[in-house]
Amino acid sequence: MTDTAMKPHALSIENLSLEFPTYGGAVKALDGVTIQVGNAEIVGLVGESGCGKSVSTMAATRLLPEGRYRITQGSIRLFGRDPTVMSDEELQQVRGKLVSTIFQEPMNALNPTIRIGKQLVGVIRRHEAISRRAAETVASNILSDMLIPQPSRIMQAYPFELSGGMRQRVLIAMAFSCNPGLIIADEPTTALDVTVQAAILRLIQGRARRTGTSVVFISHNIAVVSQICDRLYIMYAGRIVESGPTRAVLDTPQHPYTRALLRCLPERVQPKAQLESIPGTVPNLIDPPAGCFYRPRCQEADERCYAKPQSTTLAGGQAVACWQRLKSQTPVSSEA
Amino acid sequence: MTIARIIVPRFILLFFVVFGVAIITFTISHLIPGDPARMIAGDRASAETLENVRRDLGLDRPVTDQFVIYVRNLVHGDLGTSLRTRRPVASDIATFLPATLELGCISLVLAVLIGIPLGVFSAIYKDGPIDQIARTISVCGISMPVFWFGMVVILLFYAKLQILPGSGRLAMQFASPQRVTGFFLIDTLLEGRFDAFLSAVRHLILPTFVLAFANLGVITRQIRASMLDVLQEDYIRTARASGLRRRAIIFNHALRNALIPSITLLGLAMGDLLYGAVLTETIFAWPGMGTYVVTSIQTLDFPAIMGFTVVASIGYVLINLLIDLAYMLADPQIREVG
Ligand SMILES: Nc1ncnc2c1ncn2[C@@H]1O[C@H](COP(=O)(O)OP(=O)(O)O)[C@@H](O)[C@H]1O
Ligand code: SF4
Ligand SMILES: [Mg+2]
Repeated sequence: MTDTAMKPHALSIENLSLEFPTYGGAVKALDGVTIQVGNAEIVGLVGESGCGKSVSTMAATRLLPEGRYRITQGSIRLFGRDPTVMSDEELQQVRGKLVSTIFQEPMNALNPTIRIGKQLVGVIRRHEAISRRAAETVASNILSDMLIPQPSRIMQAYPFELSGGMRQRVLIAMAFSCNPGLIIADEPTTALDVTVQAAILRLIQGRARRTGTSVVFISHNIAVVSQICDRLYIMYAGRIVESGPTRAVLDTPQHPYTRALLRCLPERVQPKAQLESIPGTVPNLIDPPAGCFYRPRCQEADERCYAKPQSTTLAGGQAVACWQRLKSQTPVSSEA
Repeated sequence: MTIARIIVPRFILLFFVVFGVAIITFTISHLIPGDPARMIAGDRASAETLENVRRDLGLDRPVTDQFVIYVRNLVHGDLGTSLRTRRPVASDIATFLPATLELGCISLVLAVLIGIPLGVFSAIYKDGPIDQIARTISVCGISMPVFWFGMVVILLFYAKLQILPGSGRLAMQFASPQRVTGFFLIDTLLEGRFDAFLSAVRHLILPTFVLAFANLGVITRQIRASMLDVLQEDYIRTARASGLRRRAIIFNHALRNALIPSITLLGLAMGDLLYGAVLTETIFAWPGMGTYVVTSIQTLDFPAIMGFTVVASIGYVLINLLIDLAYMLADPQIREVG
């Protein structure tokens, strides 16, 4: 075997089910989720709000509220290590160093009372045994890498003195500052306007490609993720409904939900035509519908859909969990 | 630049506040029934004596003249003469104010030093045993009336256990120290009288504790609430996701932000101390401003009451100035933008 084959995946989530016990009953946030992120691979995780995108990745970084959730089946590996059994000390060393998260909402994601430079230096010196001066140089370099003009001036600034786009760049710089192997970008452009969005996407992609960093890019907008991702996972109500290489998923979407997501994109709609949104809402995860969770909203549903569709891998690496695809395509293999 | 922008309006305000208070106190003193000249001269004074006193006090002049004189005296620090002690009100206040400040400052420091950590740990270990204890303490502090609590500790520690004195600033056998700062803790040490210092400490314990307790409750509750808010913030999640240590997150990232909303409260607490001091001092026979003003009210000593009112209102404005400065220190958004 070659070296790369020996190297564990950056992130490997296997058949993960997770629920939040609440007074109203258990919220089944994840139901048998499998996500693999290879080394230096950029992977997109797409789905409407509340589908479990954040929960999937936060389970891997253990950023979910401790004691308020339970994993009912499956496993998680970060570079081959199991985060669910790590001590607090181990977790703190892994976060920021091995895996960093860039969150949505740059409004409040930086501490309002600490200067930008000090926040960056704090993270760098947490993970690297270097002097304050050296850490400042690292911080300044990474800020210019994020196309921030006059990094030394920005480092003296407080977050409220910067625009939303600038703050998001600082957050990305912070995430990359200790050269992690994996970056989780959780809707990092959602709060920004479209022109800034595109620039931010290219920054993340550029830096990740140059440094060989793996990325999980989360968005509710399939157009955004498809710009930079090698592979896509489409998520619905706590399940992965479709996955595959970006081109294949976009060109030959298999799952009715994926098709619906694609129909909703403004750039695919004729000018003046009504912009579509998927009718209906994401189901209640305390008491989800039997069988395929998409059934109440699906136009192609039939009686088979009252049973849960298994994921089927198609030629070309695409996989889909939908009864309709079983007859129209030749399955290569069928997972249990 | 920005400091000036904060301080200058406060001093302009101070001017108006003192002027307004002067008008009010002056008006009240002229509306109350009774003749100040007779109060000073006594019931059996002759008409001639009464006339002399009246002239001395300027009471024979038109009201507007009297007001001008009153304000002019105020500006020169002359608050009039106490009817009861026959001494200038200003020097009475200079005698009694340090006792109140000593009691108040120590109580405030005590309340802050205990209240902030208690609030922080209460928030971190929410619903745990520490939180339960802290919440019980703060509910007790907030809801127990000072006069009742004061009585209880006097009964317990002074009357029953006899381990602490229940009144005054020093034991009988010690002479009061020469006034340098007016704080007995400092002045006794300056004179090198360590035994007197210890006596001053022992006399301070019960009243400071009683006065601190109410504020301790308020501070603990506020810090707990704002810590819980701040710990929900996105930047705390960012800090956790960056692998920062828990201790660093709580004290460097969370507490700093949680203190900002508590500053106003601290200012209010300082204001409350003045009011709490009146009750506490009365219970513990503490020779401070509280005792002074209560006695003045009982004897209808209007110059003294007016003098106290003016000094207290200046105190409130200065406290507000202090709060603004504290905000500026704590919140860069105010510091840099104004
Ligand atoms: N702490 C929690 N307690 C209860 N339910 C939660 C909690 N966190 C997330 N959930 C639920 O899990 C589901 C998935 O949430 P999330 O992963 O945040 O969605 P998204 O795909 O928008 O990121 C939602 O239904 C949400 O309500
Ligand atoms: S399994 Fe049935 S309900 Fe589900 S997406 Fe496919 S056709 Fe629609
Ligand atoms: Mg989310």
